[in-house]
Amino acid sequence: MLSNMHFDIILIMLPLIAGMLGFLWPAVARILGIFTTAAGVISVIGLGWQMQLNGTHLHAIGGWGAPLGIDLYADGLSLLMLAMTAIVGFAVSIYSSRYFTHRHDEVRFWPIWLLLLSALNALFLSADIFNLYVTLELMGLGAVTLSALAGGKLAIAGAMRYLLATLLGSMCYLLGVALLYHSFGTVDIATLSARIDSSPAVWAALGLILAGLALKTALFPLHFWLPPAHASAPAPVSAVLSALVVKASFYILLRLWLSVFNNQQTGMGDGVDTLLGILGGTAVLWGSIQALRQTRLKLLIAYSTVAQIGYLFLAFPLAAASGGLAWNAVAYLALSHALAKAAMFLCAGNLLRFGGHDRIADLDRVVQRLPLTAGAFALAGVSIMGLPPSGGFIGKWLLLKASLDQGNWAITTVLILGGLLAAAYIFKVLGHTFIQAPQPHEATAVPARMEWAALLLASSAIILGFMASPILELVNIGDAFTSPGIKL
Amino acid sequence: MTPTLLFALVGIGLFSLGLYALIVHAHLLRKILAINIMGSGVFLILVALAKRTSETTPDPVPHAMVITGIVVAVSATALALSIMLKLNSETGCAELPDDV
Repeated sequence: MLSNMHFDIILIMLPLIAGMLGFLWPAVARILGIFTTAAGVISVIGLGWQMQLNGTHLHAIGGWGAPLGIDLYADGLSLLMLAMTAIVGFAVSIYSSRYFTHRHDEVRFWPIWLLLLSALNALFLSADIFNLYVTLELMGLGAVTLSALAGGKLAIAGAMRYLLATLLGSMCYLLGVALLYHSFGTVDIATLSARIDSSPAVWAALGLILAGLALKTALFPLHFWLPPAHASAPAPVSAVLSALVVKASFYILLRLWLSVFNNQQTGMGDGVDTLLGILGGTAVLWGSIQALRQTRLKLLIAYSTVAQIGYLFLAFPLAAASGGLAWNAVAYLALSHALAKAAMFLCAGNLLRFGGHDRIADLDRVVQRLPLTAGAFALAGVSIMGLPPSGGFIGKWLLLKASLDQGNWAITTVLILGGLLAAAYIFKVLGHTFIQAPQPHEATAVPARMEWAALLLASSAIILGFMASPILELVNIGDAFTSPGIKL
Repeated sequence: MTPTLLFALVGIGLFSLGLYALIVHAHLLRKILAINIMGSGVFLILVALAKRTSETTPDPVPHAMVITGIVVAVSATALALSIMLKLNSETGCAELPDDV
């Protein structure tokens, strides 16, 4: 019976229904939210178990398969993204159940967060480029609304900038979809992958789709919207935006790159991968330097996201020769960054609650007064810096190995410099947690649940460092990296 | 020039016009209108290119996409307008501040 359960449908429908119920019936929204995200974790485990038995998972909604109907498809890469969403979603929900001090903020938070979760899960399960557009837009609208939730000039202006950037990105993506549909008469990724050839319309589509998604992923120099939006949102929202939402548009970019654009016959990937690598490398250095210059903790973490996004793009130029190795590194980096960065933003939320501010210089001995949060921040920092043993270490190590194998010294240098700069900005924060501030502040108690949620995420990022082989085995179900296309 | 090509070129023109307006205008209402014009350009291209299969019956799939796209555009515009009004009541002007 369990092997026939439609966990993919549950992952999409349950948060959708719970979100709408939470909107109609605010009194139960919190409990629905926790229950739904816990059920999400169980469903992902169930889906993973089914996939280990049967390989990739394909579900034609309503019995109508592609090309007419909509297919839900999960391979190892989708499963990894779903697992990332489930774990971060659960921890964020636990955290949010104590985070909001005003009832009306919480009433607005839960329905939108659950709708966003539904959109994310649907995105990771989509098998056609138009369905990806719809889920991308749903996710964008949810994310923008959540980032405006805090109110005030900074948050509203940040949300507006974010909305304009995300809509522009979607428009470019949709125009690319229109051109691809015109050229090949299909939106199904697997069919596109088989039919793709090189023509001016396809080149235009490649440019539009890459530019649109790079804008949404905040790849340097299109990252201008990210720091204000992520830094001024409430802590659980910042965590979701940095950990999951930017990964979703990156996932689409990666998926289309692997199965459609980077095709051996067309040779379209040549040159474009180098450009993406250069932008990624610049993002690593620029984002880290900007992070180091910040005086507010949340802005520092937001710029660190810009830098860590850069690492994901460093794999593109390496993949031509190293293939699976570079993509495995990307999968690992995406997962461990999601866990560590969400933990960091939750820690920042705790510190903000505790001291009433997030000025790094005035952290005032939180290591003694808030040891769990300081510990969680340090553990998350270990993964962001890429020190062993942590998920971030495995990801960066695989990337370093690929670059050394190919003698690509530019990327090796960027990887080492990026690690040193990350260490500099993390230790800048950690150093201030030990020091007494010039003038003492009033401190507010932080609920234990909020501290434990941050610690849960940070320790998962460390535990990832010990689980490389089973996780990489799961990710490669369906061989998304080596021979893309739908397989059953 | 076939009508299909004409419509597609007009669509590309609208898209570029919208992109230009989005970048140069500071007032948020103009930016939101610009995004909508870009959207109309994309929809026009989708509808025009639907004619490619045969001369008599256009392909219905892009039409379905346009309808979905319109629904998305309406929701996005509503959200954008409400955020613009919020910003207006916070700062007294409907433009993005330069300092954030």
